[in-house]
Amino acid sequence: MEWLKTHRNDAILIAVLLLLGGALAVFLYATRQNGGYVSVQVDGETVMKLPLSEDTRIVLGEGGHTNTLVITDGAAQVVEAGCPDQICVNHGAIRYAGESIVCLPHRLVVSVEGGQESGIDAGTG
Amino acid sequence: MKASKVAQYGLLTALALVLSWLESLLPPLGVPGVKLGLPNLAVVFALYRLGWKDACVISLVRVVLVTLLFGNGAALAYSVVGAALSLALMGLLKRTGKFSSVGVSVAGGVAHNAGQILVAMVLLETSRLAWYLPVLWVSGTVAGVLIGVVSGELVKRVPDKT
Repeated sequence: MEWLKTHRNDAILIAVLLLLGGALAVFLYATRQNGGYVSVQVDGETVMKLPLSEDTRIVLGEGGHTNTLVITDGAAQVVEAGCPDQICVNHGAIRYAGESIVCLPHRLVVSVEGGQESGIDAGTG
Repeated sequence: MKASKVAQYGLLTALALVLSWLESLLPPLGVPGVKLGLPNLAVVFALYRLGWKDACVISLVRVVLVTLLFGNGAALAYSVVGAALSLALMGLLKRTGKFSSVGVSVAGGVAHNAGQILVAMVLLETSRLAWYLPVLWVSGTVAGVLIGVVSGELVKRVPDKT
């Protein structure tokens, strides 16, 4: 604990940052809602909305620039993508309101929206 | 510019570049953006050994070279904003004289990740990236501690020959 004495300010800074990050995570976790539907945005425009309650498999994009979106058991996942980094594929499944999968090369955002399947836009920030 | 300085610039830039490449070989850590920030070893070292402006130059050259070699345009926007925010905050914190390389590097790590999320929000015109924030916030803190400790030791141990 010698380090703490000589690095008091560093330790305080680290503690404050971790607390802030933790508080933000707890806040988001506490206010999470099960998602109602999945919204697909390309270039910032919503191109489709799919209910999470229905299992679907859909190919987005064309040519080599595709992302395959799969909805199963109330969760959405990108299972295949025609981009080199595969970040969206590695991201895994999303099911809570506010969660999203991003494919930057294809300017695609797949996000879960809360509330009913009717398309009421619950503010998820 | 003195020859020794040119050599130091070249060495540190090359080192940062190699560390970027090395990091790209590591397996993804689950969430995009969560990473160690190995190139920042060279940047934090430069910040302490050479100075703030020198660290900025090395960081900028690294970002441009990495983009030319491995990346794309979108990645450049991410990297530049992240690196700029990070360097601005690290410079400020270092100037207060109240923090060691650990605190400075932690602030840099968090600023870097926060900057990247801001760019993502602007580029994708969406505010639905809230979940990334706490994850990248904490990962930036942890990575910052590691980088700060190691580069602090390096500054102490690597002999200053200029």
